[in-house]
Amino acid sequence: MIDADVIVGLEVHCQLDTKSKLFCGCSTDYRDDGPNTHVCPICLGLPGTMPALNKRAIEYAMKVAKALNCTIVPESEFSRKNYFYPDLDKAYQITQYDKPLAQGGYVEIEGDDGKERKIQLTRIHVEEDPGRLVHMGNAERGRYSLVDYNRAGIPLIEIVSEPDMRSPKEARKFLNKLRATLEYLGVFDSEKEGSLRVDANISLRGNERVEVKNITSYKGVEKALTFEVTRQKNLIRRGLPVERETRHYLEARGITQSARSKETENDYRYFPEPDLRPLRVQSWVKDIALPELPDARRERFVTQYSCSLNHARTLTGELKMANFFEGVVSGDRAGLCSLAATWIADTLAGELNYRNMGIDCVDPHRFGSLLAILRAGTITDKSGVEVLRVMLDEQLKGETVETPEAIVARLNLAKTAGDDGALAAAVKEVISENPKAIEDYKAGKNGAINFLVGQVMKKTRGRADPGELNRLVVAALKDGGQ
Amino acid sequence: MAEHTIRFEPDDRYNAFLTVCPHPDHGKGDLSGIAVAVKDNISTLGIETTCASKILKGYVPPYDAHAVTLLKNAGAAVAGKTNMDEFGMGTSTENSAFGPTLNPRDTGRVPGGSSGGSAAAVAAGMVRMALGTDTGGSIRCPAAFCGIVGLKPTYGRVSRYGLIAYANSLETIGPMAANVSDVSLLMSVIAGHDRRDTTSYDRPYQHTPSAEIKRLRIGIPEEYFGAGVDPEVASVVKRAIGRLEELGAVTVPCSIPSMEYALAAYYVICTSEASSNLARFDGVRYGPAADTKKSWHAAYQDVRKQGFGPEVRRRIMLGTFALSSGYYGKYYAKAQVARENVRKDFARLLTDVDVLCGPTMPTIAFKLGEKSDPLSMYLSDILTVPVNLAGIPAISVPCGKVQGMPVGLQVMGRPFEDERVVDVAYAYEQAVKA
Ligand SMILES: [Zn+2]
Repeated sequence: MIDADVIVGLEVHCQLDTKSKLFCGCSTDYRDDGPNTHVCPICLGLPGTMPALNKRAIEYAMKVAKALNCTIVPESEFSRKNYFYPDLDKAYQITQYDKPLAQGGYVEIEGDDGKERKIQLTRIHVEEDPGRLVHMGNAERGRYSLVDYNRAGIPLIEIVSEPDMRSPKEARKFLNKLRATLEYLGVFDSEKEGSLRVDANISLRGNERVEVKNITSYKGVEKALTFEVTRQKNLIRRGLPVERETRHYLEARGITQSARSKETENDYRYFPEPDLRPLRVQSWVKDIALPELPDARRERFVTQYSCSLNHARTLTGELKMANFFEGVVSGDRAGLCSLAATWIADTLAGELNYRNMGIDCVDPHRFGSLLAILRAGTITDKSGVEVLRVMLDEQLKGETVETPEAIVARLNLAKTAGDDGALAAAVKEVISENPKAIEDYKAGKNGAINFLVGQVMKKTRGRADPGELNRLVVAALKDGGQ
Repeated sequence: MAEHTIRFEPDDRYNAFLTVCPHPDHGKGDLSGIAVAVKDNISTLGIETTCASKILKGYVPPYDAHAVTLLKNAGAAVAGKTNMDEFGMGTSTENSAFGPTLNPRDTGRVPGGSSGGSAAAVAAGMVRMALGTDTGGSIRCPAAFCGIVGLKPTYGRVSRYGLIAYANSLETIGPMAANVSDVSLLMSVIAGHDRRDTTSYDRPYQHTPSAEIKRLRIGIPEEYFGAGVDPEVASVVKRAIGRLEELGAVTVPCSIPSMEYALAAYYVICTSEASSNLARFDGVRYGPAADTKKSWHAAYQDVRKQGFGPEVRRRIMLGTFALSSGYYGKYYAKAQVARENVRKDFARLLTDVDVLCGPTMPTIAFKLGEKSDPLSMYLSDILTVPVNLAGIPAISVPCGKVQGMPVGLQVMGRPFEDERVVDVAYAYEQAVKA
């Protein structure tokens, strides 16, 4: 959807992947453990406790700021955001308000028009995550709610964009680029539950702005925004006003729903956190080193491996995929580059997606062996896909994963060569079974060739080399189908 | 660490203690075996800590405040938790939810606040020393009213970790005792850096008081002897300053123009911070929960209405108002400017002189129930709050009597010159003892 009238801005909360929390020594590795097992007096906000800043979290945030081309503010400040909620143990959140760590910056994406676009950023600030509520029943009518403070005090950064995106798809691309950058920096693990949360502002030019809160998936952002575009357009079409309001995204139903207006009337009574000194980072800034980032790696893939721009973009869009590609083509498999790019970006990505598997399930050396067999002409592309599927399914079921060679042998997938007689015999058989096709061919209908090739493929279960097979079929037909 | 136990069964007819520990452990060190009372807003592992509030009734901290850890490391026996104005809000210890403390010098009078329990425990001889906290004079005021010595250290010199926050940017834990030497000894135990309090400094206090004050320059701010200060109190304090001159000190008249705004700035800042700090008391994690089927926000209202006394509620409301959008600039931001002016005034004066002297309190201890309207109570903080706004050290040492009640001499010094104010107090104390 390209629509000049759509205006989208995002506020993205990302959990920084530090070992300990923002203001205490508690481990951030809580996801497999019971509720309230990673807590101490500080992150529980017990009376008398004080925050002590985790320097590593600030280093991470500065890395992000630098990678996103922001200006790091030499002296920033923490503030308290006051509100009452059971998951907020101190009844205030320590965050940055009018003096955030970083300002400005931009994220480069491929716009809907195919051109590079710079989405401008407003600011990046550091804050602590609150805890989490588990409702027994639902929030309104449930009998009670349980509170888990394991998440309380996890370091977050909030990245705020300008209203620079022109479609839900651009918003998705912005997020993907952001995620890739954060992962390349080694400061973020997108696979952890709750690691990324988005509030989106969306308006149609000339109308009021609507805020959609607490979207927790990448796909959700595009869906929620698409829903909003349609909803707001329908209102305008019917001559109704778009109200300025906050809405929640209901993931399961794919819709947004108006939040009670009371919730939007918060006065957070911000004021500087008296327990923390101003954050002076000037002396650290120069020591912040950045690794190779997605854009640079994409360019390198194009020049070093002669990948197409599209393949390079897909391969470098996720750190693990980029690493996997380079793992496959390392050493004496450099010759497999173009084959690897196609197979990883198109085939493997699709098969993994279908199985909801991550690329780290796949052994790059095994996968490289498969590519080597393909390149040697031992099996056809079609058989290659079959071998890959077997490997992935074995992995998924937790069985021992066979080598590609073993799968080829077990399933008898080796290419049926033209000169071993079997293929010629199959061709002969098919031609004799399909007299109609021969007549069509004689009548000048070339489509008959494709039909016959397809029939032979079926008979040989895809082991025939398509070029070789084509040649044999044409030759046989020229011989008059004898 | 704990090798011995003492018996602590005081005759507490003044309601100085909220909790008494009859058999506290103690170890070895500078305070070995000494019973030390701890104000009830300082967290003590395993000992109920309520801030004299119903809202924290039954709360037993799972950790020790840093200052308490240091006490224990020095071998002290934590003998009990002392009464106070609820959450430190008050100048008389009448605002305790568990009844007022009486002044041992005259049980018809208040002991001062908010560390009134600690002061009474020391003044009545129940303990040799005690920890208090000072937000706007809460150590110095009861020290003056009860006739003991109390030091409000430089902000950041003693870790606040474990002190249940009332007004973070103003308050500090400090020592109280019957004489300057003991105050100094206790200070040497509790001062120093704590990485859990990032506003604390690495400035340990290792000092033996010295009575040598020859050629010391003492500033006498006219505001400390102006309107509102009882002339009898003023003359007792002036006589005490005369003793310091006899010891070789030189007095210099001076003025603190920012005093005019200090009290207003103080109340805006302390109530603002309090409104935020006290928001966590909602009955969810500790303290009595509301027996209610209401929704969250309504339940919080119930808990807080039942749990907080009137003075605490008043200050929460004031602070909430001062921080509200639309009023922040008018109150909080202006108060910060006024605070900066106070700080500058002190910095300027304390380049000319070494210390400043004046009365600690404008009057002697008032009678229980005498100050029923909050504003007249707030006005009695006028001589103590400037020090908290500036973050500088100040000590109150007994310097005579009016109507048989003790009067305190206040000595204020440069930041991190706690040693110097201690020395001035010591010099005076030794001179009058001789
Ligand atoms: Zn913790």
